[in-house]
Amino acid sequence: MLLRHTTKDIKERKSLTINPAKTCQPVGAMYAALGIHGCLPHSHGSQGCCSYHRSALTRHYKEPIMAATSSFTEGSSVFGGQSNLIQAIDNIFTIYEPEVIAVHSTCLSETIGDDLTQIVEKARDGGKIPEGKHVIFCNTPSYIGSHVTGYSNMVSGMVKLLSKSTGVTNDKINLISGWVEPSDMREVKRMANLMGANFTLFPDTSDVVDAPQTGSYEMYPKGGTTIPDLIASGDNKATLAFGKWATEDAAIKLENKCKVPFEATELPIGVRATDRFIMELSKLAEVGIPEAITAERGRLVDMITDMQQYLHGKRVALFGDPDQLIPLVEFLLDMNMKPVYIVSGTPGKKMHKRLEELLLPTVPEAKFQNGKGADMYLLHQWIKNEGVDLLIGNSYGKYIARDENIPFLRMGFPILDRVGHSYFPTLGYMGGLRILEKILDLIMDKQDLESSEPEFELVM
Amino acid sequence: MSTDNKTNMFPDSSDLIEEILNKYPSKVAKKRAKSLVTNDPEIDQEIQSNIRTIPGIITQRGCCYAGCKGVILGPTRDIINIVHGPIGCSFYAWLTRRNQTDAGPDGENYMNYCFSTDMQDTNIVFGGEKKLEEAIREAYEIFKPHSIGVFSTCPIGLIGDDVHAVSRKMKEELDINIFGFSCEGYKGVSQSAGHHIANNGIFKHVVGLNNTDPGGKFKLNLLGEYNIGGDSFVLEKYFEEMGITLVSTFSGNSTMSQFENAHMADLNAVMCHRSINYIAEMLEKKHGIPWIKINFIGADATAKSLRKIAKYFEDEELMAKTEEIIAREMLEVQATIEDVKSRTEGKLCMMYVGGSRAHHYQELFGEIGMRTISAGYEFGHRDDYEGRKVLDSIKIDADSRNIEELDIVKDEANWRDDLVAKKTSLEDKGYGFSEYEGMMPDMEKNSLVIDDISHWETEKLIEYYKPDIIGAGIKEKYVIQKYGVPLKQLHSYDYGGPYAGFKGAVNFYNDIDKMVNTKIWGLIPPPWKNEPELVAKMADTAY
Repeated sequence: MLLRHTTKDIKERKSLTINPAKTCQPVGAMYAALGIHGCLPHSHGSQGCCSYHRSALTRHYKEPIMAATSSFTEGSSVFGGQSNLIQAIDNIFTIYEPEVIAVHSTCLSETIGDDLTQIVEKARDGGKIPEGKHVIFCNTPSYIGSHVTGYSNMVSGMVKLLSKSTGVTNDKINLISGWVEPSDMREVKRMANLMGANFTLFPDTSDVVDAPQTGSYEMYPKGGTTIPDLIASGDNKATLAFGKWATEDAAIKLENKCKVPFEATELPIGVRATDRFIMELSKLAEVGIPEAITAERGRLVDMITDMQQYLHGKRVALFGDPDQLIPLVEFLLDMNMKPVYIVSGTPGKKMHKRLEELLLPTVPEAKFQNGKGADMYLLHQWIKNEGVDLLIGNSYGKYIARDENIPFLRMGFPILDRVGHSYFPTLGYMGGLRILEKILDLIMDKQDLESSEPEFELVM
Repeated sequence: MSTDNKTNMFPDSSDLIEEILNKYPSKVAKKRAKSLVTNDPEIDQEIQSNIRTIPGIITQRGCCYAGCKGVILGPTRDIINIVHGPIGCSFYAWLTRRNQTDAGPDGENYMNYCFSTDMQDTNIVFGGEKKLEEAIREAYEIFKPHSIGVFSTCPIGLIGDDVHAVSRKMKEELDINIFGFSCEGYKGVSQSAGHHIANNGIFKHVVGLNNTDPGGKFKLNLLGEYNIGGDSFVLEKYFEEMGITLVSTFSGNSTMSQFENAHMADLNAVMCHRSINYIAEMLEKKHGIPWIKINFIGADATAKSLRKIAKYFEDEELMAKTEEIIAREMLEVQATIEDVKSRTEGKLCMMYVGGSRAHHYQELFGEIGMRTISAGYEFGHRDDYEGRKVLDSIKIDADSRNIEELDIVKDEANWRDDLVAKKTSLEDKGYGFSEYEGMMPDMEKNSLVIDDISHWETEKLIEYYKPDIIGAGIKEKYVIQKYGVPLKQLHSYDYGGPYAGFKGAVNFYNDIDKMVNTKIWGLIPPPWKNEPELVAKMADTAY
């Protein structure tokens, strides 16, 4: 057994986290920054942070993930990291020539109290930021929130430091993307274009972390939201932020700063969350919902009706991030599946409340927890006490799945051992079809593998 | 790049170095210039290494914690490693190195678990010692482990939580071995500082706790072998067949019990000099056990290393058995080389990795006729490049001074006079101990040696040399492959391997053959690239 020391016996833990269902802020900030065109993310801390985050993102995308670090030493930890960051900014603009550097802090620079606003000002005053180039930044202390918080903070940083209002409103809306795959961002753009919406999507990692093989390396691939578009976001007529944990803060900041009204929705995963997203998009962009979208929705509902029998009553355990888990739970419920166990290391009371709303009416036995104490060890113990038919989460779930012989759907971050997530979306109705196809493959493959010879079926 | 047609010599790289440095701000150029050396194996050359990375330059390097927890302690299965800090440090070191281990069906194995105190902002403000204490207690109550290790991270060092004091207290309370490491990420200049801190910690708290004779005629410790992709498993089989008792491996496929017993060995064989030479040195100072440098990467290197170990024990039967194994294994090695070499001969490789791998893997590439035109370490020291002969001339700077040097005294009760005498007698016969010549003397004239390579330098090198393959890590992998140049991960082996020993060499030759000769690179340009009419039509309809 891979997790041979995990037992049914659940003991209360106050201080020890085992097998976390989250990681720390900076990796989210780094990922969000990659969604700006011509951006080099920069980690203001020890080298290890930058190295770990680049490695995690590289393993997840199988793509180049470039970022620089302030390379703190013991000396800089004592005397402050100002000179390291100013030197880094100078070196990066000289050697790597990005349009923008997106700096995020770390627990190290936060603990010693480095003031990024002041340091970047000093770099500007010292002539280290070339004309027309930008340095944006955000605070991402690793001891608050999770990787999702870090993503949110960097997106808010884009608004805080780039968005401007000229007083003239554009006939355009902002789509602020939650932490999703480049495939999902591409899918959102496809749907919005299909609806004839005029929009700016940010951040946008499509064509950045899914770049084609051309035989030549581009340090700044063609994708990413451009700086002029980010600046102009303050003039757009409305904002639709999808994925509240990752984007609502930025939408609020944009409203406060530039008076752009906003709606925040859940990520469009499954039927109803996508319905709400499409309707909000239609309302804010002032465009109709075309037949093509209605047909996509119909195809998804059609497949669910056709395959009901394989889904009904199946018990599911999930771990991951609130923005994905909430609409996913709703989607599973709509398919008459039973999400019985849910954990997320990302804190926030709203998640618990929303899951209660969703689960209490039909799956009152469900156990769910987020924030403190909500780790994969606890999830595994719940499963040991009463099993499930399906496990959904990032690659770390494979250890539980193998020990307990549970079909395992990889969704979330990081996916280190399979490919496809960066190319095929899980958002929108088409994404719903993909999730459903994967779930059915897993459930039906298990049936094919385990059914007795007389019961083995050709047609299913 | 091509070599000089007449002499087959590598070209002088001074133009390239100049072009690289020209891009840098002058202070940076001045500093980097000392870390780029055009090699001449005939003369002594100094290379600047183990110094601070320049902020913003885009380095491969990681941190002290990664070297301590990730590299050295990570591969040991019967210890619960609690990372004291925010969640990320423990998360990123969770199963991301490929240290395999064999705990049997019901042995203790915590390597698939991740333990953290998950420090929150209130803990940072008010201190986290109580939380750490409680976390250790909870880990003990749930798992009853053999030992618990505690790892300090950046903010912990800054707020002044004393992981050593907490460990001592809990060791007393719980009556199992518990010890801490001050391996905050900002210590030193790379992972290397963490190796040293880990070596010190294991030596101080674990080695020597158990005086039981492990038995057997020939007792060996294997140092600096981490069982990536099952490398140790290959080597363990050879030792077993030779009748050698492997007392401990630091730290592939290892247990704490093995470390406790390590001082009962007769010889220390050091594989990765950079990460583990400290333990070898300390075992000799304290117990009189000599050490030799060996290398199991490469078939010839494996044969030489096995012979060197056998020779040490001065036993005819052992030496005969060793020759028998070598002869048997070399059959497959030679047959594979014969097949593969026809497709790999003359191809060029570059390697930027680790603190010994960039040296060791040159052997493997060489065996299939591939030449190393450039190489460098990520976290090596001058002795890893130039040989241990320069040890005394290395200046200790502020970053190294912060890493503790243990004061080792002779352990009279467990002192091996017999081994000291054996060392002297073998030395008289020309047998070399405590030697490592470093990488540079083994590299060709005009090859380019680069320490702590930057992304910019990597780009220029690819353009200039047009290598057939590069060996580096995950962060470099897809960058370099976008150029159409295959990259072999030499930390994780691209999830293949094992690459150690004779079996490993065969695996490596075949894997490299596949990589440099795969057809896919030829499919990169689309067939319509040279048919402008087709391209134009498509562009029109697409936009």
